[in-house]
Amino acid sequence: MRFYEFETKQLLKKHRIPLVQSELAKTADEAEKLASHIGGPVILKAQAIAPGLAAASMREVSDSAGAKAAATELLGLDDGGRKPNGILVEARPTGETVYSLSFTYDGTTKRPVVAAADMAGKIDDLGDTHPERIVRRHFSALYPFSDYIAKELAKSLALEGNDLKRMTRIVSGLARLFLEYDLADLDVRSLVKLGDGNFVVLDVEADLEIEARHRQRPMLDELGFAKEDLRQVREPTEFELEGARIDDEDPRGIISPIAEFDGNIGLVIGAGGGSLTLTDAVRKHGGRPANYAAIGGNPSVDKARRLTKLVLTKPGVDKIAVMSNVVSNTRADLVARGVIKGITELGFEPADKILIFRVPGAWEADAAKILKKYGVEYCDRTVSISEAARRAVEKVG
Amino acid sequence: MAVIVHEDFQFIVQGITGREALNFTRECLQYGSKIIGGVTPGKGGREVYGVPVYDTVREITEKQRVDGTIITVPLAFAPDAAYEAIDAGIKEVIIITEGIPRKDASAVVEYAALHGARVIGPNCLGVIVPDVCRFGSLGGPAVDCRKAFKPGVVGVMSRSGGMTTEICNALTLSGLGVSTAISIGGDPVIGSTYVDLIPLFEADKDTKAVVIYAEPGGTAEAELARWTQENNSRLPIVAFVAGRFMDEMPGMSFGHAGTVVNKKVDSPADKMRRMREAGISVAEEIGDIPNLVRERIGN
Amino acid sequence: MAMFIRVDVDNSIIEKAPGLADKLVEVCPVKIFKPAPQANAVEVVEENVDECTLCDLCMQASPQGVHVIKLYE
Repeated sequence: MRFYEFETKQLLKKHRIPLVQSELAKTADEAEKLASHIGGPVILKAQAIAPGLAAASMREVSDSAGAKAAATELLGLDDGGRKPNGILVEARPTGETVYSLSFTYDGTTKRPVVAAADMAGKIDDLGDTHPERIVRRHFSALYPFSDYIAKELAKSLALEGNDLKRMTRIVSGLARLFLEYDLADLDVRSLVKLGDGNFVVLDVEADLEIEARHRQRPMLDELGFAKEDLRQVREPTEFELEGARIDDEDPRGIISPIAEFDGNIGLVIGAGGGSLTLTDAVRKHGGRPANYAAIGGNPSVDKARRLTKLVLTKPGVDKIAVMSNVVSNTRADLVARGVIKGITELGFEPADKILIFRVPGAWEADAAKILKKYGVEYCDRTVSISEAARRAVEKVG
Repeated sequence: MAVIVHEDFQFIVQGITGREALNFTRECLQYGSKIIGGVTPGKGGREVYGVPVYDTVREITEKQRVDGTIITVPLAFAPDAAYEAIDAGIKEVIIITEGIPRKDASAVVEYAALHGARVIGPNCLGVIVPDVCRFGSLGGPAVDCRKAFKPGVVGVMSRSGGMTTEICNALTLSGLGVSTAISIGGDPVIGSTYVDLIPLFEADKDTKAVVIYAEPGGTAEAELARWTQENNSRLPIVAFVAGRFMDEMPGMSFGHAGTVVNKKVDSPADKMRRMREAGISVAEEIGDIPNLVRERIGN
Repeated sequence: MAMFIRVDVDNSIIEKAPGLADKLVEVCPVKIFKPAPQANAVEVVEENVDECTLCDLCMQASPQGVHVIKLYE
C-alpha cells in the first residue's frame, strides 16, 4: 500500500528525521500562499500513487506566481482514475552532495536490507546504471536495530566526522521506522547535505506491507487512511470493492485479488498461480477476460457462490469459465457446489452459464457427480490449462 | 533417496483441529504419512482420525522423535507456533498459513537458521515424495493425490501450491514422474528459495532434472539464474513463468502477496531473459514442460 | 435451502450418550450442529449444511445418530 509522500513525511517527522521544509496545499491558491511563505524557488509535487508519474507530477518554479500556475496544472493530473491528493510545496534545498537510501526485504537472505548510494535516484534503477556506487547492509527483523549497522553503512559511503554521525542517526531512525510500521519498501530518493552540514530528506516513497494493515491501524488512522483504502495503483471499481467485501466477510479460503477488466469472459478461476497461468492462457488464445479472480485456500461454498454471482452479473458477461490448476487443498466439490448454487439463485440453468468447468484434483469425483446432476460437462485433468482456456474462448465466440 | 522427508519421517500438525488441517491430516494419513500428534491449545486430550491432540508441542517432542511440523494456525498465531516448534527442537517446519507480514516471516526464518531448522513457506503446501511421504497439503485426498504424483525423475519447486500439483500432474501423465515436489510458497519472504533447495536435488540420485514454477515479483529467479551460471550443476532446469499479462500492469498485485511488478527484476520478461541466458529452458505452456525435460535429459 | 447435502439427526439416540450433543457441536468444522433447547440434543443449522466438508467426524462420533446424505448421488 503506497503512501502519499506527504504521509511518509508525516511519519518521518514524527520520528525526527530531518526534512526539507514542506507543506501540503489542497488548492492552487494554497500552493501560491505556501510558496510565497517559503520564499524563493520551490518544488511542487502532485500527490499521486499510480506508477510512472514521477516526472509528470513534479515541477520546479521560481516564485509564488509560478507555483499557482503549476499547481493548477498538477491538480488536473490523472492518478489512475483519481485526482491528486493535494500538492506538496517544498523548499528547494541548496546542497551539492546528495545521497539515496533504500530499505526493503531481500528475498535471497530473507532479511531486511538497507542500501545507499552517493547520488540521487531510486536504488533499484541505480543498481542498473551505477552498481559500483551502491553499498548495502543487512539487518534483522528478529532483533532490535543496532546503530552500528548504520554507522558501517555510512562508513562504506566514505563519510567521516559529523557527516558520518549524522548519516548514522538518519539511517538508524529510518531503519527503526521501517520495522515499526511494517513497511515493505522505503526509498529516500534524495537526501541532501545542506551548506550548514545538516542532511535533509527531499524525496521519499514508502509502501506498507498490505498484510500488516490491520495491526498498523493506529498509524493509518493517524494518517487519516479510510478503512477500505488499499491504495491500489488505480481506484478500485465497484466490482472490485464488492469482491473484496465478499472476501473479507468470510475468512474461509480466499477469492482475491479480484480485478475488473473490460472483456466478456467471466472468470471464476484459481488458485494464486493457476489464475495467473489461466489469465495468460485465455489471452494467448485471443480471449478477453472480464475479470481476474484467485480462488485459493479452500473457500467456503458460500464464498464461491457469491463470487459466481458477482462475476455473472457483471455487465457484458453472459457466461463464466470455471477453471483452476489441479487443486490440492481447495476442493473441486465445494467449488462446484458454490458455482451451481450461485447460478441457480440468479434463476439460470448451470449448463447454460458455464463455458467450461476445469477444476481437477481434490474431491474431483464428487465434483463430477454434482456437475452431472446439473447437466454440466466435467473437464478432467487430461485437459491442459491451455486447452481449457482455448475451449472457453472458442465457446464464448 | 528423497529430499527433506524419508520413509520414516514423523511429523505433527499445529492447528490440527481447524477446517483445513482436518482435511489434509486425513489425506496424509490415507497416503501413509506418519502423523504422530497434533496441537491445538485448549483441545489437548482429544483425538482426530486417531491422532492425539495436545496443548503444546513439547508434550510430543518430550516423548517421541518429531522430524517435522506443519503449521496451519490462524495468521495472528503463526509466528508463535513456529517459535514453539523450533524451540522444541523440530528441524523441518512447513508454514501453510497465508498472509503473514514479511517482517514476521523474516524473523521466524532468522530464528530457524540460528537453531538449525529449515522453514518451507509461509503460504505453501509443503513437500511430497511420491509413494514415500507426503508432508503437507499437496494433492488432495490420497486417491486424487496418487493420480497427480507418480514416482519419477523430476524434482519440482513451485511458488504456487496449486501449480505444484498441476505441473506434477503433467509430468506424471507424460510418464516422467516426480522425485520430490516442494511448494516453496508465494510470499515475498519465504524460508527456502530455489537456490536454498536445489543443492538437495543435486544430492538426490533419483532426480535427473528440476522444474520450477515462477511468478512475477522478487529476485528468486535471478538468483537461480546466477546459481546456475556459477555452479556446474548436473541438473538441467526447466522453468515456467506465469503472469506475463502483469507486465502491462505495473504496480498491480495479483495472486500471491509476492506477486507484483514494481521493479525491473520483478517482471516475467526480465526473469525469462535471465534464466534463458543462464541455460535454463523456459516453457511457453505447462504442457510443454515434459518434452523440454525429455530433450534436456536425453530421454 | 441446502441443495447438496442433507444431515439427519436422531436426537433420541444422541440423548442417550452423555456429552455427545456437545461433541457434535464441537467436532463439526463448519458449525452444522447447535445445541437444541432440550438437554443433550442438537439442532441442524440449515444454512451451514451445504458447507459440509464430508469430514465424517459427526458420523464417527455417533454412527447411529447422525447421517450425512449427499443429494447429488
